[in-house]
Amino acid sequence: MPIHDQGYRHYTGGRALHGRGWWVIAHHGVLDRLRERRFLALLLFAWSLFVFRAVELYIGTTVIRGAFFFAPSEETFRTFLEQQRLFVFFITIYAGAGLIATDRQSNALQIYLSKPITRNNYIGGKLLTLALFLVAVTWFPAMLLLVLQILFSGSLDFVISHPRLVPAITLASMLQVALASMMMLALSSLSRSRRFAAMMYAGIVIFAGVLDGALERVSGNPLWVLISPQNTLLLLIDSIFGVPPDDTAVLGLAVAAFAILLAACLFTLERRVHAVDVVA
Amino acid sequence: MNEPAVVLDGVTVSYGRHEALRNVSVEFPRGAIGLLGPNGAGKSTLIKALLGLLPPSSGRMRVLGYDISEAPLAVRARVGYMPESDAHIPGMTAFSFVSYCAKLSGLPPADAMQRAHEVLFYVGLGEARYRNVETYSTGMKQRVKLAQALVHDPELLFLDEPTDGMDPTGRDEMLALVRDIAARKGMTLILSSHLLPDVEFACDHVVVLHKGAVATEGPIAALKGPSGRVFELRVKGEEARFADAIRAEGLEYRGDPGDVIRVFVPEDRSPQLLFQLAARSGVQVRHLRPSVPSLEDVFARALGDEP
Repeated sequence: MPIHDQGYRHYTGGRALHGRGWWVIAHHGVLDRLRERRFLALLLFAWSLFVFRAVELYIGTTVIRGAFFFAPSEETFRTFLEQQRLFVFFITIYAGAGLIATDRQSNALQIYLSKPITRNNYIGGKLLTLALFLVAVTWFPAMLLLVLQILFSGSLDFVISHPRLVPAITLASMLQVALASMMMLALSSLSRSRRFAAMMYAGIVIFAGVLDGALERVSGNPLWVLISPQNTLLLLIDSIFGVPPDDTAVLGLAVAAFAILLAACLFTLERRVHAVDVVA
Repeated sequence: MNEPAVVLDGVTVSYGRHEALRNVSVEFPRGAIGLLGPNGAGKSTLIKALLGLLPPSSGRMRVLGYDISEAPLAVRARVGYMPESDAHIPGMTAFSFVSYCAKLSGLPPADAMQRAHEVLFYVGLGEARYRNVETYSTGMKQRVKLAQALVHDPELLFLDEPTDGMDPTGRDEMLALVRDIAARKGMTLILSSHLLPDVEFACDHVVVLHKGAVATEGPIAALKGPSGRVFELRVKGEEARFADAIRAEGLEYRGDPGDVIRVFVPEDRSPQLLFQLAARSGVQVRHLRPSVPSLEDVFARALGDEP
């Protein structure tokens, strides 16, 4: 192949300050995913429950005002967030499994880390890519439902009478997003195959959930919930919305288990994201 | 500008208990510097340490005046790195890959796109820049790796085995590019290779690594020594007598019977002496030519293959 042009020119333009690599990575990651029609379809599908809930709110606040079945409550938002877990699961697998695994497979980490970005920048950028999609199917539609409730009812009474609703939606969404994105990213960093990372994530979520259910049923001990990240999360979300667990001692342990799991994910990422794999 | 591009002071880098670099102290001047050594000598380790990707267990490294342990990002913003192994970001065209790398290096999006076009044309991938990198041949992948290393216009370029896996034509073109970058674009580059002709073609200074230590270093011309004072001969007749005659004259003689003889003739003696000695010994000189010292000789000497 001939060299067409030997004219290399020096660059005289500006450069951004160091430390913004995370934004470049996240921006690229989001746009890259949004170019895929299948993923767009999945995102749209993830909003189907929102449409159903919006119709329910409309009926409850305008058509059949005060009807018990349709009347909005904190429970409406809690169940909405819990139902969105299914879409969180699929979006996490679709958008998150390959985030680090494909970079490891194609030796891209040494390209990234030879640029003026740190490992934290890299991890932060990848984390943000997935987290943004998860926020788009949890916190954002939940808050939009609240806005719709205000618009349909024409007053702020509902929000004023439920002062903890906005912080509860925000906190519950953040826990959901943090758990899914950190777990997926850590698993993605353990493999060079996105399929394997996806299978590991699905395996942990499904298998641990089934095992927890079986063990709790057989032994009657609610502490088994701690072996399932998803059920532990569910317990925390319930508590945030004011639904206490049967055994309050479990709650403290659930918080600790959740924190340990996130710390383990961070530790895994810290150990696995390197430009050079040192085999001593 | 006369400050060395890279200074290493007592640098040791270990992989577990294995020391890949052992107490290396060397300066890389500005210009085109070859980093030579057999496989496993520590060349790639040295480059990765200079990028801050492998922390040394002891010693200090300065790159372009910055201490790599204190300002790794400042160093990486000013250097370009072309890795040895196949490395790309999956699912991207060459253009999107190179412009993405420019943005990672801090260039604004519009400038990153413009630079990506320019650099891809410069490395000879202009026509193929919208093709997915995964469909590229080995040679094209080497070029796109060079493009991503150049796109932010670094002051210093690390090239790790840039001609690895390329066909002869592609190799020549890559070396022409490397030489052009160093000679005409004023960029300092460190070319790591185990291929002596590549380094000899593109560089004017060399650092030879062997078993994690610097075996020799300096300008290639100086390391090769004076040219024209060593002569290669083939003779017909009694070689042993000829060898004795040469040694009796105080000249250095090397060679095996029946093979090419190498004789070192000092500055104050004329090569005519070789014919006189041959006539005196009753042998016929069938071939005589001044020996051109090569980098291979330097390399062999440094690695202890030759006395």
